[in-house]
Amino acid sequence: MRAALLIQRWYRQYVARLEMRRRCTWHIFQSIEYAGEQDQIKLYNFFGYLMDHFTPANRNLISHIFRENEICRDIEWERYFCYKNIEVPELYSGPHLSFPLTVSNVADLVEAFKNKQQLHTRYVLQLLLESWKLLRMLPNINQVSTCQTKEITICGDLHGHLEDLLLVFYKNGMPSVEKSYVFNGDFVDRGKDSIEILLILFAFMLLYPNNVHLNRGNHEDYIVNLRYGFTKEVLGKYRLHGKKILKLLQKIFSWLPLATVIDQKVLILHGGISDTTDLNIIAQADRHKYVSTLRPPKRRWVASGGNSTAGRHKVNGRMDNSLQRHCSLAYNSPLRSRYNFQSRSMQNFSSKVNLAVEEELKEQRRMAGLSQSYHDLRSSLSSDSDSDNYETYEDDSNEWKQVIIVDMLWSDPMPQDGCIPNEVRGGGCYWGPDVTEKVLRRHNLQLLIRSHECKQEGYEFCHNRKVLTIFSASNYYEVGSNRGAYIRLGPDLVPHFIQYQANRSTRELTLRQRYRGTFSLRALREQLFAHKSDLLYAFQDYDTDNTGWISLKHWATAVEAVLRLGLPWRVLRSQLVTTTQDGMLDYQGWLRELPITEPKTESLLETMYKQRSNLETIFRIIDSDHSGLISFEEFRQTWKLLSSHLKMEISDEAILDMAVSIDFNKDGSIDINEFMEAFRLVDRTMNLPSEPNHTKTDE
Amino acid sequence: MMSKAVISEIHRRIAEAFNVFDNESSKSVDVREVGTIIRSLGCFPSEAELHEMIAEVEEEEPTGYIRFEKFLPAMTKVLMERKFRPIPKDVLIQAFEVLDQEKKGYLEAEELKKYMTQEGEPFSQDEVEEMLSAALDNKENVIFYKDLVSKMTFEDL
Repeated sequence: MRAALLIQRWYRQYVARLEMRRRCTWHIFQSIEYAGEQDQIKLYNFFGYLMDHFTPANRNLISHIFRENEICRDIEWERYFCYKNIEVPELYSGPHLSFPLTVSNVADLVEAFKNKQQLHTRYVLQLLLESWKLLRMLPNINQVSTCQTKEITICGDLHGHLEDLLLVFYKNGMPSVEKSYVFNGDFVDRGKDSIEILLILFAFMLLYPNNVHLNRGNHEDYIVNLRYGFTKEVLGKYRLHGKKILKLLQKIFSWLPLATVIDQKVLILHGGISDTTDLNIIAQADRHKYVSTLRPPKRRWVASGGNSTAGRHKVNGRMDNSLQRHCSLAYNSPLRSRYNFQSRSMQNFSSKVNLAVEEELKEQRRMAGLSQSYHDLRSSLSSDSDSDNYETYEDDSNEWKQVIIVDMLWSDPMPQDGCIPNEVRGGGCYWGPDVTEKVLRRHNLQLLIRSHECKQEGYEFCHNRKVLTIFSASNYYEVGSNRGAYIRLGPDLVPHFIQYQANRSTRELTLRQRYRGTFSLRALREQLFAHKSDLLYAFQDYDTDNTGWISLKHWATAVEAVLRLGLPWRVLRSQLVTTTQDGMLDYQGWLRELPITEPKTESLLETMYKQRSNLETIFRIIDSDHSGLISFEEFRQTWKLLSSHLKMEISDEAILDMAVSIDFNKDGSIDINEFMEAFRLVDRTMNLPSEPNHTKTDE
Repeated sequence: MMSKAVISEIHRRIAEAFNVFDNESSKSVDVREVGTIIRSLGCFPSEAELHEMIAEVEEEEPTGYIRFEKFLPAMTKVLMERKFRPIPKDVLIQAFEVLDQEKKGYLEAEELKKYMTQEGEPFSQDEVEEMLSAALDNKENVIFYKDLVSKMTFEDL
């Protein structure tokens, strides 16, 4: 019947349009996510820039950022983290833990979190301390065998999605002596229950140390946490002791193993590999030295102190091809000759330098409130400024190891052969099937399992099925965006997949609701707004007669040229541009409709808006006592430095005006949360249209 | 006579839509996605017309993948000739009214299901379930087709 045919034709077209939108949404989220990670590296470059432009005026700021309390010994840390004085009040209704942990302790813990309870600080610290002790004894690479437990379960990124972890336990059973698990990093950030996931994983690890294996992910890193939500989460849930907990976690993260190998045949690590990956070198590294994979190894900073010559101490590396690509990513101007000059000059002026450095370090120690034997400090310093050659070798080899480690945590596979810098993420590399072949053969392996990238089906093969990506956080970008999955591996080492999706109610959402893609569009509009001035220039370039109108074709080309997100703008156009006339767009009108707030000083605010993630990160670092407040002066210094790094002209008055207007409390300090609120940032992971329905049955 | 600029813009639109589904940057897509791509470019082919087009762009020995090289010229032709034109809203509503023999202004779920799965180019079970879940008015359990047509029309292109 013709009528039926018409209706079918029409409906199928509608569904196809929705499907296209859904796929675009995916691309949008991915490109914005990775662009955010790039920002992180740009931030790192900014810190490098700060170190380059080290003047007495900046010193406080920089010492805030890079204040290292690492000189201390572990015993003193254990005292600092002592939980014994923390009382658990009668009113506390959460779980009570006793150590060593028992099976019922851990079961209680899981049950409590399921019921949205919080673990008391005392138990948190105790649990973390025990975990720390255990982790320090583990090798860099876990070796696991299927002889002991027939099957091993491997989970990918969880990113604070507790309901996904609980779903996995429900479907697969909890860890036990019969059921081994490997958790492949990125347990925290983005989702809202990161700390609960950590506590559960550590609890199981303590209970079954031979059966539960954790690999470090790129998000197990305090600098990354500052940006992506974990720091915020902990400070919010543990107002009194959050700072301590975070410090302890900083150490714990650096002690997480870097990889797991099963039956000497299957390599599991978080990001991936590169042409430099060598497991023998990894096995020997001091993994805990790399507190953040986004910072130079610690030794540098200890030696550089407050003296101006020493201050310009820079990280550099062998000018190998592979290292070179990392140097160019991390810093803009390291030069070997400069380094040699530094260390030579340190020898020549060693007495002067040592004195100045010692003063500075004494000051730092005082500020940190720690006692430290002068003798210990002196000896660690003198070994630095001793034999030039030894130091060069040591530091170069540390460089090399850091490169390998960054690659392990940040890299992504690509279809073409070769190994190139991962410019999308700004860290690690893209590696091709030939590199997979080479590395697997080098170590006699047959499969590489990694995570790090969200996949719609929760898992994906590539490189001739030699590389397998596994991702365990469902609905990662938004409700309905993707499934999660986990792998079961038996002695035959053939992976079996189980997929799931938390939040069953996605099924019941109507087509239109599900594919509305509002979150991605909002994120996209934010990006467009942030580039308003550049967009205006680009549009005006096409509008040669100054009519105020441009064609949609030019709109698409201009937007892509400015934003460079590689998105299908012509496909997205209908959702972003709603008022056109005869295929032409009034671009100024369109730009006016974009913004979220009314900009006062247009370019200043716009730039701030563009830099807001970086700003927030820097502010949180400056706010070292995690009070949520920074002073005017700190704000001014930060902004001044950032804008000179961005090559912008900013007058002091403009900054002061801005600071005053942001100081909502009028008390001379700026509340970071209020500042970010001024841009009406909405954490999109928190903004779900309806409360998820936690059913755990099979989908 | 189409200008070069217009044609190159058409090429870019086609390339964009194609790339959304080209996951491995291999310049080819799964043949099962081709229908979505064609439709997302504003065309309303029937299933028969779709299959015809796929046969045109497939390899001599079908691989399950369609290459961009072959897809681009065929799709350009479709867009330039304005094949598979959209169905005007009023025509669509008339089609519903043909099915709504009693002229009630709505259709029962079972009625629509019957027509969609038995007539024309039948829907699969999944397709009809999805349509119903989107189309059904929750309170009255019927489909008000005039509203439906408004809801499910993209007012662009």
